[in-house]
Amino acid sequence: MERVEQVRKEILETIESPVMTHEQKVTAMARSADSLLEVLTLPEGLDELLNQPIESKKCICDLYEGHAPMRPRYIIPDYSMFLRNGSSFLRLDPPTDLAGALNSLLILYKHVPSITNFPVYLGALDELLEPFVQMTEETYARKLIRMFLIHTDRTITDSFSHANIGPEATTAGRLILEEEAGLQDAVPNITMKYDENITPDSFALAGIEAALSCARPSFANHRMFREELGDDYVIASCYNGLVLGGGSYTLCRLILGNIAKRAGSIDDFMKHQLPYVCEIMAAYMDERIRFEVEESGFFENHFLAKEGLIRRDHFTAMFGLVGMAECVNTLLAKEGVSGCRYGSSDRADQLGVDIMEQISRFNRHHTNRYCEVTDGHFLLHAQVGISTDIGVTPGTRIPVGEEPKEWIDHLRHCAKYHKYFVSGTGDIFPVDATVRRNKEYLLDIIKGAFREQLRYLSFYESDSDVVRVTGYLAKRSEIEKLENGENVLHDTTALGMGAKQHGKALERRVRE
Amino acid sequence: MKAPVNKVIPFSSVDGPGNRTAVFLQGCNFDCKYCHNPETRNMCCGCGECVKHCPTGALSADGGSIRYNPAVCCMCDTCIKTCPYGSSPRIRNMDAEEVFREVSRQIPYIRGITVSGGECMLRPGFLRELFEKCRNTGLQTLADSNGSVLFSGYPELLRVTDGVMLDIKAFQPEDHCNVTGTDNEAVLDNAVFLAERGKLAEIRTVVVPELFDAAGTVRAAARLLSPYLRRAPIRYRIITYRPFGVREEYRHYRIPDSRRMEALAGIAEEEGFRDIVIV
Repeated sequence: MERVEQVRKEILETIESPVMTHEQKVTAMARSADSLLEVLTLPEGLDELLNQPIESKKCICDLYEGHAPMRPRYIIPDYSMFLRNGSSFLRLDPPTDLAGALNSLLILYKHVPSITNFPVYLGALDELLEPFVQMTEETYARKLIRMFLIHTDRTITDSFSHANIGPEATTAGRLILEEEAGLQDAVPNITMKYDENITPDSFALAGIEAALSCARPSFANHRMFREELGDDYVIASCYNGLVLGGGSYTLCRLILGNIAKRAGSIDDFMKHQLPYVCEIMAAYMDERIRFEVEESGFFENHFLAKEGLIRRDHFTAMFGLVGMAECVNTLLAKEGVSGCRYGSSDRADQLGVDIMEQISRFNRHHTNRYCEVTDGHFLLHAQVGISTDIGVTPGTRIPVGEEPKEWIDHLRHCAKYHKYFVSGTGDIFPVDATVRRNKEYLLDIIKGAFREQLRYLSFYESDSDVVRVTGYLAKRSEIEKLENGENVLHDTTALGMGAKQHGKALERRVRE
Repeated sequence: MKAPVNKVIPFSSVDGPGNRTAVFLQGCNFDCKYCHNPETRNMCCGCGECVKHCPTGALSADGGSIRYNPAVCCMCDTCIKTCPYGSSPRIRNMDAEEVFREVSRQIPYIRGITVSGGECMLRPGFLRELFEKCRNTGLQTLADSNGSVLFSGYPELLRVTDGVMLDIKAFQPEDHCNVTGTDNEAVLDNAVFLAERGKLAEIRTVVVPELFDAAGTVRAAARLLSPYLRRAPIRYRIITYRPFGVREEYRHYRIPDSRRMEALAGIAEEEGFRDIVIV
């Protein structure tokens, strides 16, 4: 009864919140209601690792997915199948022109549930739209695309929604980049799949031009993702590599810094604490997946599954982690090693790599029968953090303020870690406005980085209004409004405010 | 063959196309009034003045020369500010192989290197050796030169040089003398010689309105070189004077406004230049 009272209090606070929009309140209240259910068989030991304060003892975080997962966390519909076949549930015939295609997509977006209640993936927009753009006069195509982009920004009010373009150059891709650059909106997030052997420099440079204007696209290592996930991979939400027509059942994350606090030594951490927490988190994820697949009824009843736009056997799950920096620094301090900081010392970085090898080994040995699409294993994910994280650096990133002086040293650090995270990692580099005069500078860096097995890079101009916070986008001007107590359209603006205040996310070292 | 290296910038976006490692050599034979790095002009004479002022003990007198310990240096530039000779004690004497090792750390992120100064052509042997090593690993090579040394005397160097970025500081010899302390006969000879061979990647002029006839310089330089644009493109970089780093006694020059800079770009365009950048 005490818990019920607590939840009632939370719901009332939500209702009375002066800064949340109506949609944000409804989502929060649904989460509160769901938190009262107890339908999962939780692994022993979970409570002591999960329900703890983030500042000290929380070692596992389930990112508030709820106690009764009613749908997968990330859903990746096959939009090209949808445009080819239409939808009987939505009573839509296949579109025959650009206006029809955009209208159909906008309708479907409103029916794609994900953890955010918004679609986390909007499709390979250039590939989807190119045939229709080719049959349309360019000025008119441009206008329709512009309206479509504005529509997504104002109705998908959450910037964890991601469109893909590339690796081939298309007219549709170019129009999307040009229009987005002019709009200065935070939605949709965009990734350009890039392969120096496929993507023409001119198209990549158009992407860089847009990135300097509106903080996207980010650039994904196409060759790398393709080798790992196949031709049908997509980038969704922040930067998550997933399989088309599937998605991810769940994402839980290890709070590595707090796991390190439990350990007496590096040896204890490697042999006992880390394996113990990994076991419990994997068992928890297994149970959540079991409920989704076997009990929730989602895959039997939702029209996306019935119409083949998603397939249960294309789903996997994301085994996330944050706080490698705090973990390594804590462990070295316990060993009495001074002067070695994560990100600036070979010894510290090597310890980080050893920890990644250990987690990777654990994941290779753990199997889940419902993750067939990834050979029965979860995918590792360098999680970008949430607004309430305090003293937790995203994934394996170097903490803001401790970045190496030279950019090359920062990139070399990234190269040690990116390869582990098939379902996503990425680093963000604000660049000085002078770079605009030499966009090939960034293109050379992208080419070099991808040859060195970096997975995913984002850039923005240091004084731009639209900025990449940790993985998602926000407008500085909107964060300021929220800080002044005004309500704002996008729920990710609140996350941006938290990351700005707790994670110094807008104070990264500017590269030039 | 060793050369005095002032610094190596691993990633540079402003020393030629794409991402390049920029190597700055110490020592210049011009004395430009608006020089932005006056501490790169002269060689250290070991007087020891900087040792007295260094706040971290990174410098020590060692016989007639100064020993520099980068590990404890805080890069506060006190040594540069207190040097009575327009030099710096933070110079490393390096051979081409040592410099190349520092450059190759940036592979594959860079497309090439740019050697600047000081004046890089005061070390043609070093330059040739370094460029050969770079070329062998597929890196492009650019020299950033004041044009005082004739490239025609160094065909072996030119063979491993992809391009030269050449300063045309003023077109009239007396103007040039006023800006730099020397005439520009060699500079203009170099400009034509390099352009004829498709090796002139860029010319640049820093615009200081009170110091020389900028409009006349841009027009004459562009007219001199436009016949060679068909051979290979040449960029004209027209640079706005800014007082950052300039010696106190010359910091009074006015910064030209953007309208004046646009007008100069217009002149270069009239003369047939297509790739014109105002900085």
